[in-house]
Amino acid sequence: MNWSLFFDLTVSGLTLGSLYALIALGYSMVYGILKLLNFAHGDVYMIGAFLGWFALHGLGGPVNPDFAAAGVLAVMFVVAMLGCGVLGVAIERFAYRPLRNAPRIAPLISALGVSIFLQNSALLVFGASFRDYNTFSFIGIKTYNVGRNLFFSVPQLLTVVAAICLMVALTLFVSRSRLGKAMRSTSFDREAASMMGIDVDRVISATFFIGSALAGAAGIMSGLVFGQIYHFMGFIAGLKGFTAAVIGGIGSIPGAMIGGLVVGLAESYATGYLPQGSTFQNLYVFALLILVILIRPSGLFGQAVIQKA
Amino acid sequence: MADGAPDIPAPPDARDRPRIGVDEWVAQVEGRRERYSGLRGAVERRWERIPPAARVLLFAVPAAAFPYVTTEGNVFRYGLFTLVYALLALGLNIVVGFAGLLDLGYVAFFGFGAYGYAILASPQFGNHWQAEAAIPVVVVATALCGLLVGLPSRRLFGDYLAILTLFFGQAFVVFVNNANRISFPFAGHVDLTGGSNGLPNIDPFDFFGYKLEGTRQQYYFLLISIVLVLVLLYWVHDSRTGRAWRALREDPLAAEAMSIPVNRLKLLAFVFGAGTAGFTGAIYGSIATAALPGDYDVGLLITIYAIMILGGFGSLMGIVVGAVVVSSVPELLRSSANARPLFYGAILLALLVKVRPWPRLAAVLAGLVGFGFAAHAIASAAYPRLVHGHAIGSGAFAHAMNHWMLLPSHHEKIADVAYVFLIAAIVIVPQLKRLWRTVLIPPLLYLVMFVWENLLLEQIGGATRLILLGALLVALMNARPQGLFGNAYVEIA
Repeated sequence: MNWSLFFDLTVSGLTLGSLYALIALGYSMVYGILKLLNFAHGDVYMIGAFLGWFALHGLGGPVNPDFAAAGVLAVMFVVAMLGCGVLGVAIERFAYRPLRNAPRIAPLISALGVSIFLQNSALLVFGASFRDYNTFSFIGIKTYNVGRNLFFSVPQLLTVVAAICLMVALTLFVSRSRLGKAMRSTSFDREAASMMGIDVDRVISATFFIGSALAGAAGIMSGLVFGQIYHFMGFIAGLKGFTAAVIGGIGSIPGAMIGGLVVGLAESYATGYLPQGSTFQNLYVFALLILVILIRPSGLFGQAVIQKA
Repeated sequence: MADGAPDIPAPPDARDRPRIGVDEWVAQVEGRRERYSGLRGAVERRWERIPPAARVLLFAVPAAAFPYVTTEGNVFRYGLFTLVYALLALGLNIVVGFAGLLDLGYVAFFGFGAYGYAILASPQFGNHWQAEAAIPVVVVATALCGLLVGLPSRRLFGDYLAILTLFFGQAFVVFVNNANRISFPFAGHVDLTGGSNGLPNIDPFDFFGYKLEGTRQQYYFLLISIVLVLVLLYWVHDSRTGRAWRALREDPLAAEAMSIPVNRLKLLAFVFGAGTAGFTGAIYGSIATAALPGDYDVGLLITIYAIMILGGFGSLMGIVVGAVVVSSVPELLRSSANARPLFYGAILLALLVKVRPWPRLAAVLAGLVGFGFAAHAIASAAYPRLVHGHAIGSGAFAHAMNHWMLLPSHHEKIADVAYVFLIAAIVIVPQLKRLWRTVLIPPLLYLVMFVWENLLLEQIGGATRLILLGALLVALMNARPQGLFGNAYVEIA
């Protein structure tokens, strides 16, 4: 067994997994409350990456930023998360809310429309070329060796730590705060919640805001880890985030985190160990999704849903 | 109510409240039909009375005459693609419109058919099958593929299926792009799909030695196929299976309780849809003489969905109309000579119909003209670069445009940005309150004309087209969730 390859794959899998987990959280929260698959979620992540890029260049660019790298990073995260949160709320308000009592298929098609709109708007406005975060000259890709050939780099460490912080914050928010309580009760039973005096519309907007903000943070992290962003990056990432949400049990917050890690590690190991891995990694993730749906459709942490009218 | 019947409470208008009194709603079906008085009601009632066979003829006869009134190039550009789209949308209609399953991997079956035919009839493997043998093989193989994809969907309800099929469509593109590098366990290295170069030089259809080579022959072959499929679908629609599908679409749980075999019917719809897509794919491969991986991507999926939604779920003739509109309108707008009158005429007509009473219309028009001069004056004072360009074309109208419209000299970027904002605004503004709507209409119209003069008059296609279709999906779902020609169905909360 080649331990150094194994460690490499594990580290990159954990990095990927934290990205997918952040995306999956948005899917899962929205699905938990609205029973709606927000196809546009992956594209919100893409917009987040671009917002971060513009913030970075607004502050002097990656090579000679006007401030210390930590400050620039903080500004990037704030800009992208706020921007994406507002975008998510707007999407909900204008594309999903009018359809809340329409036939089930209508909001799905509307979501598809939003996704296409965002993707092609980005193509038109930002252009088709790749944009460079230039992580190397920005925060450096210093690599640490923790003995036994276990290497990791700064952006990877940053991503995993930031993702863990965000998830802890989210868990605390949902379990402790008043709004989090409202969210839980809305997702449990929307009508009953509204009868108890919870402003359901506001809760749904808040959910979209938080989920989209997390996706925006994931967008910046992907820019830092992979170095490059482009208009089509959200599509596949969205699909994988969804896969993670399903594997963890859709609607469950810890499930989304674990599911993200599972998908990230599986993709990483598939790239390293399976035949034609680097070409067909997406197909392997797809196979994993089908496998989970066949064996345990409710996911790792989800409860089997008894369907009612 | 003169006869003393109890007053029926008016249904609540708010769409986000549950509808009370669904039974009354059902009982009023006839009354709701009658509601359209005047021209629209008359047309609708006439249309209801036409038997299905005559409806098909209503489409088939002008379509059959089309090649005789125009040139070969036009038949190729408008005719063939419209028919391919229509056939594809009819197949998708089985899955989405009849059975209510959201299949987002549908385009992959289309590609599967094209590649399947290419493998059977191109120099790639040296096979040159006759069409009468190749088409059934391709259709059956695609249907089997549909069965395989549908199998896991047995236990899925709506949304999972949607994303599973979306993923499948993406997986198909990845596979086709890279299948030239796979080594099989026993056969060794096989170049199955030609990778990103695709499979070129596909044979035209060859029925018992009669080759379909010319554009016209292909057109008529497609037309005959569509008419056959339409007749078949009308028949299926009213058959036992068709009724069961619609029951499934309305409420899977209730359908199951009525002892309808839900899973088998879902699979059947999937298989039928995939088979139709495979058939269309084989035809498309023979027409385009090449199977390229880029042709079977999300863009095509959106186009087909736009057609189906424009036509209305489950409405067969609506879909044909939708195909004609979606594929021919961008083509018509492409030449600027006839595009400008068409465009401004359409805007004026829409205003006349939608903005009433006439003082409001006059206010809107005055506001528009005033807004234009104000914008022009402010821009020429602040950013002279914004007004240095010239309107396309000559004549009084273009001359007037030069003094009223913002025409930046380097307009690519700003027009692109404006376009994106415009489309978002078109989706958002109709949902606002009445006062805001009236106030925002003049700037919106100005933005429309700005984008038109600076961007669309020169080029429409690619990303702009897809944005338009994406916005169409959102807007149409908001305005009429059942599609333009579809029937609203009863939603029981």
